Amino acid sequence: MDAVSDFLRTYSTTIAVIGVNALLALSVWLTLYAGQLTLGNAAFMGVGAYVSALLGRHLDTPFPVALLIGSVAAAALALPLGSIVFRLRGVYLAIATLAFGEIVRVVLLATPITGRGQGLNGIPPKTELWHIYLSVLVVAYVLWRVQGSTIGRAWAAIREDEIASASQGIAVGRHKLAAFVIGALIAGWAGGLSAHVTFSIDPSDFGFTKAVQVLVFAVVGGTPNVLGPILGAGLLTALPELLRPLKDYRDIFQGAILLLVIIYLPRGLVTFVDVRRTRRLSRIGALDVA
Amino acid sequence: MAEQLYNAVFIGSIYALFALGFALVFSVLDILNLAHPTVFMLGAFIALFVIGTLGLPWFVALPIAVLVTGLFGIALDRVAFAPLRRRGAPALSSMISSLAVTLIVVRLVELRYGGDFITFPAGTVPAFVFRVGDATFEGIRLAIVVLSVVLMLILTYVLRRTQLGRDLRALAENPRAARLLGVDVDRAIAATFFVSSALGGLAGVLLAFAYNTLDSRMGVPLELRAFTVMVVGGMGSLPGAVIGAYVLGLGEVASLVYLPTELRDAFAFGLLFLVLVLRPTGLLGQKSPDRV
Amino acid sequence: MLLETVGLTKRFGGVTAVDRVDLGIVQGRALGLIGPNGAGKTTLVNLISGVVPADGGTIRLSGSDVSGLPAHRLAALGIARTFQGVRVFRGLTVEDNVLIGRHTRTRSDALARLIPRPRSAIDADRARALSLIDRVGIGRRRAEVLAGELPYGDQRRLEIARALASEPLLLILDEPAAGMNPTESAGLRALIGSLLVEGLTILLIEHDVRLVMDTCQRVAVLNFGRKIADAVPAEIQRDPVVREAYLGTEAVA
Repeated sequence: MDAVSDFLRTYSTTIAVIGVNALLALSVWLTLYAGQLTLGNAAFMGVGAYVSALLGRHLDTPFPVALLIGSVAAAALALPLGSIVFRLRGVYLAIATLAFGEIVRVVLLATPITGRGQGLNGIPPKTELWHIYLSVLVVAYVLWRVQGSTIGRAWAAIREDEIASASQGIAVGRHKLAAFVIGALIAGWAGGLSAHVTFSIDPSDFGFTKAVQVLVFAVVGGTPNVLGPILGAGLLTALPELLRPLKDYRDIFQGAILLLVIIYLPRGLVTFVDVRRTRRLSRIGALDVA
Repeated sequence: MAEQLYNAVFIGSIYALFALGFALVFSVLDILNLAHPTVFMLGAFIALFVIGTLGLPWFVALPIAVLVTGLFGIALDRVAFAPLRRRGAPALSSMISSLAVTLIVVRLVELRYGGDFITFPAGTVPAFVFRVGDATFEGIRLAIVVLSVVLMLILTYVLRRTQLGRDLRALAENPRAARLLGVDVDRAIAATFFVSSALGGLAGVLLAFAYNTLDSRMGVPLELRAFTVMVVGGMGSLPGAVIGAYVLGLGEVASLVYLPTELRDAFAFGLLFLVLVLRPTGLLGQKSPDRV
Repeated sequence: MLLETVGLTKRFGGVTAVDRVDLGIVQGRALGLIGPNGAGKTTLVNLISGVVPADGGTIRLSGSDVSGLPAHRLAALGIARTFQGVRVFRGLTVEDNVLIGRHTRTRSDALARLIPRPRSAIDADRARALSLIDRVGIGRRRAEVLAGELPYGDQRRLEIARALASEPLLLILDEPAAGMNPTESAGLRALIGSLLVEGLTILLIEHDVRLVMDTCQRVAVLNFGRKIADAVPAEIQRDPVVREAYLGTEAVA
């Protein structure tokens, strides 16, 4: 037992970060499952982080409540954004969320209460490892169950063919919006958890690089089921830690693996678990993320 | 006031060159090349390399940078887009693969040059100013505007009057029909990427010369403005992209009068969302809905 | 009249694809829609099924005005369709395809599923799906096959099963017999017949004119977006205007 607690203490930050990244990856996975590319979940994470941290600092809000409000704040921003965008073609979401991410960054840099460029320091370390992993478990479980429900099937249909889906009675825009907003909710929650584990946050933590990183976790891990993003987050967070001397090359490594995966194994590493199905999908040309 | 107008036209020209490259690939191939900002940055850094490391003058560096980024564009397509096209992958996959390339290339440049702002060696670009009344104008910006306009005219000519231009327009309209009609699709696609990336790279070099600085992240603000420009002008419309670029340039400079510099980006985003809400097809866009 | 269109019009740029078309489909009957290639048949169907918005005219379903409603609302009101050039969900199983077809009649079970239950061997919706898969001739043994793995003819049948899953009032079939051999189209003919017996209303677009004449009580003919004839099959076959429309493309007999 001693060895275990020693291990946990040494690597506790990494383990915490893996858990947070798993949550973020799950949030992006959900939108990918509905066939949409969002680059905004880092910004939603930032919203959750700042809102929960500021509530705790200025209004003494109890931790779980602050997390919840941060999470809802992110979802509240996702709702109008998504409503505008989902009336349009798929590429617009990528553009709009990219722009949204930059807007959030700019706002954070300009607003005094957020500490501007300095960010917020001295955030009390209220997050325990079990908070993070319980969240991962709950979110993964819920998403897994929803995947097999009517909504989950509707998302899969939308991913395959939006027009055919609409003809089956699926309200495509509303379903895409739901996936997007729920994703934002999860990302906001992850942001709140993360802020109270890393003690300090600043706007550059939630920018474009982070957004792409999260996407890499989800895509590389795999899209057929919830294990994929968790696997991707775990692998791609732990690996650079283990390969400390190669830290500078982390982005290159992630970029290269993303490229290889999207071209050769688009449904991600988790498809190694079900090779036969992957081969079947490949033969009929239905192999892709979307 | 005149100075501001001058600057607006200058920055609009940069935006136009960049956005044209972006819009070209989108209109011909229906993909959003999220690695386009990378060629912008690459152009500037290749010029830096030629000038700083090879010691060659700016007027040699410029064409070399443009040529190399054009070739990079072709390579980009071969590596990131062509395999996906072959198996009929959706647009989503192309966006992701281009993002991957961006990650790699930006980091590589940072490893060589670091992530901070770099200036060109002194005296790289002849700086001259001229005065009209009591207003001062930087000459290099005028040269850039003129060059941009000339290039846009050349591009228009190529698209309207040459075989290549006809091929590209056929490809944009209907890829399958184009192939059946004998269009050399591979050559046309390579040309598209060459021109697109060359324009992007050129924009990068010119901006770096004008401001005398460059950095590994210089493509990011351009990327967002390119989106705004394309949405305002109409996704896939080349003349729309040009108009949108100058509208944005003028709007940005005008808004600086009222907004603090930190919020300068806000104008571009505000415009983007305004257009998305009110008139998503933009000024000249008419991308047809999915064929049924 | 189950479905009526009055003056339905659609323009694409300078081309009028559907030009003030008046159509009526009687409940429990089959209306055939024929015409040369490019006559506007599929566009008309896209208008009726809400996939494409009309530029003019009205659509009435069971007497109520449903003009301008989007596809998913019309599906919920009872209009189901298949597509020319099959649009099944290729990466999903046959069974999932049909289950999705039943979307409008399925209660959302997401919340219920949060409580893990042993999956009942056959629940009502799955049972219905499997029997439809049997009925169209694919066979429930192949329920777990990926839709994209099915041969073309079976994919067409899957589309029909998917469309039927929602228990529609009106079933629109867009060239269902394309690529079918005589045995398969005989099977299709039998299927359409049995559906009509059950009271389903059908709009059938087809190039296989014999199939149309054999299964439909009434036939409408489109050419260049305009309706040029609307009568019982026997009269259509005799109609000189119709013959002329088809001159050089196919024979009507």
